[in-house]
Amino acid sequence: MTDAPDPVTVGAPLPANPGPMPSRPPRSQWRDVWDQFKSHKGALWGGIIFLAIVLLVFLGPIFWTYDPTFIDIRSRNQGMSWQHPFGTDQLGRDTFARMMAGGRTSVSVGIAAMLLALFLGSFVGVVAGFFRRLDSPLMRLTDLFLALPLLPLLLVMMLLFREPLNAAFGPERGIFILIVCAIGITSWMPTARIVRGDVLALKEREFVLAARSIGTTNNRLILRHILPNVMSPIMVSATLGIANAIITESSLSFLGLGFPPDFPTWGRLLFDATDYLQQYPERVIWPGVAISLTVLSVNYLGDGLRDALDPRIRGR
Amino acid sequence: MLTFTIRRLVMAVPTLLFISLVIFLLLELAPGDPMAQVPLTVPPEVKEKMREALGLGEPMHIRFWKWLVQFFWIEPQVLIDATFGTSFSQGDLRVISWQTRSPVMDIVVQRIPQTLWVVGTAYVVGVLIALPIGIYSAYRQYSIFDQAGTFVSMIGFSVPPFFSGVLVIVVFSVNLGWFPSIYDTTHKVVDWDSFVVQLQQMIMPVMVLALQITAQISRFMRASMLDNLNQDYVRTARAKGLGESVVVMTHVLRNSMIPVVTVIALGVPSIFGGAIITEQVFKVNGIGQLLIGAIQANDLPMVQTLAFIFAVLIVLFNLIADVLYGLLDPRIRYD
Repeated sequence: MTDAPDPVTVGAPLPANPGPMPSRPPRSQWRDVWDQFKSHKGALWGGIIFLAIVLLVFLGPIFWTYDPTFIDIRSRNQGMSWQHPFGTDQLGRDTFARMMAGGRTSVSVGIAAMLLALFLGSFVGVVAGFFRRLDSPLMRLTDLFLALPLLPLLLVMMLLFREPLNAAFGPERGIFILIVCAIGITSWMPTARIVRGDVLALKEREFVLAARSIGTTNNRLILRHILPNVMSPIMVSATLGIANAIITESSLSFLGLGFPPDFPTWGRLLFDATDYLQQYPERVIWPGVAISLTVLSVNYLGDGLRDALDPRIRGR
Repeated sequence: MLTFTIRRLVMAVPTLLFISLVIFLLLELAPGDPMAQVPLTVPPEVKEKMREALGLGEPMHIRFWKWLVQFFWIEPQVLIDATFGTSFSQGDLRVISWQTRSPVMDIVVQRIPQTLWVVGTAYVVGVLIALPIGIYSAYRQYSIFDQAGTFVSMIGFSVPPFFSGVLVIVVFSVNLGWFPSIYDTTHKVVDWDSFVVQLQQMIMPVMVLALQITAQISRFMRASMLDNLNQDYVRTARAKGLGESVVVMTHVLRNSMIPVVTVIALGVPSIFGGAIITEQVFKVNGIGQLLIGAIQANDLPMVQTLAFIFAVLIVLFNLIADVLYGLLDPRIRYD
């Protein structure tokens, strides 16, 4: 709460004798947040593991220079070895390189879809909370979106817009845009609801009144005073949004409606590996563990962030 | 309360109409041609006739109106006919699937028992496991049990069903060989032995679905119990000298169940949606698999009807959750 002064101390007259000087220097809000966050071991580890996964999939190819699409049919179906740490698949492609390439796609889709959903959700939430006239129609819209059967609609959307987008942007970029948009459009509603609730409460606070009384325009009021104060629910939704987007993308790939077959993602790798379930069960394990571990670490991160950003819990 | 329920029911009608329109318009954009599978030797004018026979020749708004009439007026008549042996719907055109040329609702009625058996059992099992876990982890907050419960529910949140499903297949049917990996829907339960077989094939899908449900509901139960355990009335009850079991199981639990019951009601439709993937993994031919098959085969009437049924479920259970909340909690007044 950067702009909100304590309502009790503002009106009260200053005491004549301020008492002993505070022995410790004042602490910033983010310092408090970090201290609370650190004490949540699960969240700390979640953050570290998520960071490690992101670094590995984005920087790993610099050190592991195998081409994920290079077919070496003589060394197919190999187990784990120093040459191929995760083995090779039925065409002799290096699974470790494919896992990193798949992770790059899955994590990018997750982050991009989360940003889109967050933007839409915060926009709708702030507008609905701030402008009374738009509140009712926007919230009706949110309820309507919540009543849509999302997974069937996602599947239908994937089927419908695949061809035109492929033609416009090429097969890989087209499907990337499609998946990100589809997930973003179908997952902004929880954020919008939470943000609206917070904005409604913030709007009645004194600092908003003060800002308005010195002639702050609506735009500035929203950008400088309202938005910084709703950052904490937005950040929590962001972490949950990444987890949700990664799972949705993998589900689509698993149902065969995601990225094209030669373009690895974690969901696609898992889907392809189920054909060889009896002979090589470990091939299912790698992408499955990667998805689960990423989502688990992000969920723990979100849990810790929620505790750390909530001033009522902080300091307990 | 009654007026609120009626008002919500009336409000649900335009919502559902709008949703059906959205689904219809989305499908209208579909690039697929239902005639794609017809052999090339069939002349184009015959193909045009076949297309008209499917009802594709007419403009969009007429087809939407026809679908509405078929779904909301003729299908209920068919239901009445089937129940009471009357013949209201004689000769009326029903919603016809393009894949099989048989009425969509007949296929849906065939598929629903499979989904209900697997998903319904999983939901009941999940809730029954979740409630005690939630209660105990709230009562002993930050204990080993609570930490373990939190971890397990985090795993339930994070492991997607297509991975946990494949994982249990690897462990229990490939390595141990205990359960079949494919759900046999033609299996009929006639005696004890066939019941055991049915149980064996149900265990794995139920396990996978129940893990997710348990994870969500136990979190809610725990949070709700924690909210109530620090209330003043709990201290009063203890001060009166009531036993710990009465305080927790009667006073706190009853109040904590209010939000949990609504969450349980809200979760029912999303389970149908989430079960699409689980059905795909275990080859249960329920509604989820029907939907996937219809999407891949470009069977638009089927997709439209199924998606709409899912939407009806969501709206209906939202309504039930709201009404339940009002009934259970006397502090909530809608009027």
